Amino acid sequence: MEAYLDNSATTKPCESAKKRLNESIELLWGNPSSLHEKGLSSQLLLEEARAAVSKVISCETNELFFTSGGTESNNIAVFGAAHAMQRRGKRVLVSSVEHPSVAKAFDALENEGFEVVRLPVDRSGLVSEEAVFNAVDEKTVLVSMMAVNNELGTIEPIEKLSQAVKAKNSPALIHVDAVQAFGKIPLNVRKLKIDLMSVSAHKIHGVKGAGALFVRRGVRLAPHVFGGGQEKDIRPGTEPLPAIAAFYGAVEELTPAKSLEKLTALRDGFVSSLSALDGVVVNSAATALPYIVNISLPHFPSEAVLNFLSSKGVYVSSGSACAKGHRSPVLTAAGLEKEIVDSSLRISLSRFTTAQELEKCAEAIGEALGTIRRK
Amino acid sequence: MKKVILIKNGELVLKGLNRSTFEDMLIKNMKRRLMSLGTFSFTKAQSTIMAEPEDEDIDFDEAVERIGKIFGIVAFSVAGVTEKDLEKIKSAVMEFLGEELRSVKTFKVNAKRSDKKFQYKSPEICREVGGHILSNIPSLRVDVHNPELTVTVEVRDKYVFVHGNQIKGAGGMPVGSSGRAALLLSGGIDSPVAGYMMAKRGLVLTAIHFAAPPYTSPRAELKVRTLASIVSKYSGRINFAVVPFTEIQEHIKDNCPEELFTIIMRRLMMKVALRIAERDKCQALITGESLGQVASQTIGAIACTDAVATMPVFRPCIGMDKEEIITIARKIGTFETSLEPYEDCCTVFTPKHPRTRPILENVEQAENAVGFEEMIERAVSGTRFCSVE
Repeated sequence: MEAYLDNSATTKPCESAKKRLNESIELLWGNPSSLHEKGLSSQLLLEEARAAVSKVISCETNELFFTSGGTESNNIAVFGAAHAMQRRGKRVLVSSVEHPSVAKAFDALENEGFEVVRLPVDRSGLVSEEAVFNAVDEKTVLVSMMAVNNELGTIEPIEKLSQAVKAKNSPALIHVDAVQAFGKIPLNVRKLKIDLMSVSAHKIHGVKGAGALFVRRGVRLAPHVFGGGQEKDIRPGTEPLPAIAAFYGAVEELTPAKSLEKLTALRDGFVSSLSALDGVVVNSAATALPYIVNISLPHFPSEAVLNFLSSKGVYVSSGSACAKGHRSPVLTAAGLEKEIVDSSLRISLSRFTTAQELEKCAEAIGEALGTIRRK
Repeated sequence: MKKVILIKNGELVLKGLNRSTFEDMLIKNMKRRLMSLGTFSFTKAQSTIMAEPEDEDIDFDEAVERIGKIFGIVAFSVAGVTEKDLEKIKSAVMEFLGEELRSVKTFKVNAKRSDKKFQYKSPEICREVGGHILSNIPSLRVDVHNPELTVTVEVRDKYVFVHGNQIKGAGGMPVGSSGRAALLLSGGIDSPVAGYMMAKRGLVLTAIHFAAPPYTSPRAELKVRTLASIVSKYSGRINFAVVPFTEIQEHIKDNCPEELFTIIMRRLMMKVALRIAERDKCQALITGESLGQVASQTIGAIACTDAVATMPVFRPCIGMDKEEIITIARKIGTFETSLEPYEDCCTVFTPKHPRTRPILENVEQAENAVGFEEMIERAVSGTRFCSVE
């Protein structure tokens, strides 16, 4: 039995995603922009998909735009908002534990002359309301914070953070990278009072190549890609319908509350079996999203443990899978010690994860501790 | 116009009676390297080898790119071929080199008449062709001492060749002319450069890579294979050997004094490499060591590793600074790949304070106390081979 526990990197496409994808390839392969019947049937599928995804985050269908995935959504949101707002101010805020697709976009804004404030976090990666409240001013035009941290699973208090922004009467647009939260915890954009939100399909059992960006009605984004007007020019280019159809299927199959309950129990059992092992430190907070368990085996290099687990059919990741081999900036920003960072592993679950897989993983970690030589 | 490549095989000319053997080797290498582009026929004449494509639509730019990486070639040029007729030579020069002539300010014409029966003598050819060029491009100036472009007209037995400035070749000796040696290839910057440098002196390469899973990953091995394949653009086919080294490394870690980890590991790598090298009919080892670069590359440490060697160990980077090595790595295209961040076998267990002046006797004692012989044999017999090109 294999134990695939790298679900924050990507997930296995689910049955309804595959069914929708096949349908789109076999029958609905027309261009949604074409005026004939073949195009129309594709457009209808596209709009059905839009309605399904919008429902998950409680936005209107005309506020949701399909993109190629999380990275593209984040880039469109950050640059689009900063450039559209720059006449009102050039101060922008970002948490110091963002995914590279947000963090590097802000680095680029800094090079353009924006004043970038990177908000500090505590050891669990949590951004505080005070930090946001103190940093926001009337010249601040954009605040970007993730909903769930991709390495630690920390759930950021987005609603409180956005209240802190509004409390200062700032014109700032609020962007939330919700790639790791979407379909897992309730995300109501009205309740959260945010302006922009990025989500991705392949983290919730869709396929790679589709994501979406929520843009609150009335918010204008400066365009960076020009084309044929698709997705109201937020993301022009013929829509990747097969991937969007699979996104639709994946959303149809979501059962967030039930999954959360199941995974909390699984996670708690897993963490207690890990805690029984001598030499395992759990980095994720008890309040973290149960989909992500970050641990460290101090003095055992992540890469060696990862390779060892991989040879036993247990697939986990070290740091973020997008940044193979680099020391995690997220854990470093959270102030974790070098030995903890260098030996950290991310074990990430999905609603298909079984207790057997987690047992196998804990067993293999125990074996690794007894086999691999300490650095 | 029909085009050929004229190849000057510099150093080989000095080889006396063996020259023909060396030239044949070079031709064999060129044939192999150009094979996927189409068929070329090769003709030897004095110090020049002519490569003539047999197909019409050969990708000449790619052929030039490849020829530029073949060792044993000092310089080469792409020449236009025309008939032994002065008017035809003139128009061939304008057709073949007109664009290049228009992009420079000064030129000269150089004529070589190996067919002495051709009715015009060399100075006459120069004058006629030069005059023709000037009448077509009046803005040009003749400069016989330091021209930007030298137009060469070679009158040979059957044809006349016209070409511009020569292109610098990769130099060195044809790969194979010096035998075979085994390169210890890690994932670093230095060892691919060392392999390139020794291939340049005519060696065929066997590359030996030490893998230590789980400390090193399958991706690290893939990276080293990529490095070997970049080097093979110069060296030709490389026999690539991957040695399972985990058992030995863990045994060192468990049983040897920490400050000697690296030095003992290098001696054991050497011992394994020597056995693989012998089986693969190599006559020397090659390493990327540079004196004093790290603790295992001090004169004392090298003496300790060398003590196990039963064949010569070539260290072409020994006198080079890191910057100089990087310059070559960039030139041959291995640098970017070397930077990929995967753990390599040399850094799996690095001591905090490695001994920089190890005493051979102590090292041998520590090593003999453990007894590695069976593990060395297991590593050698577990070695996987493949061919990289």
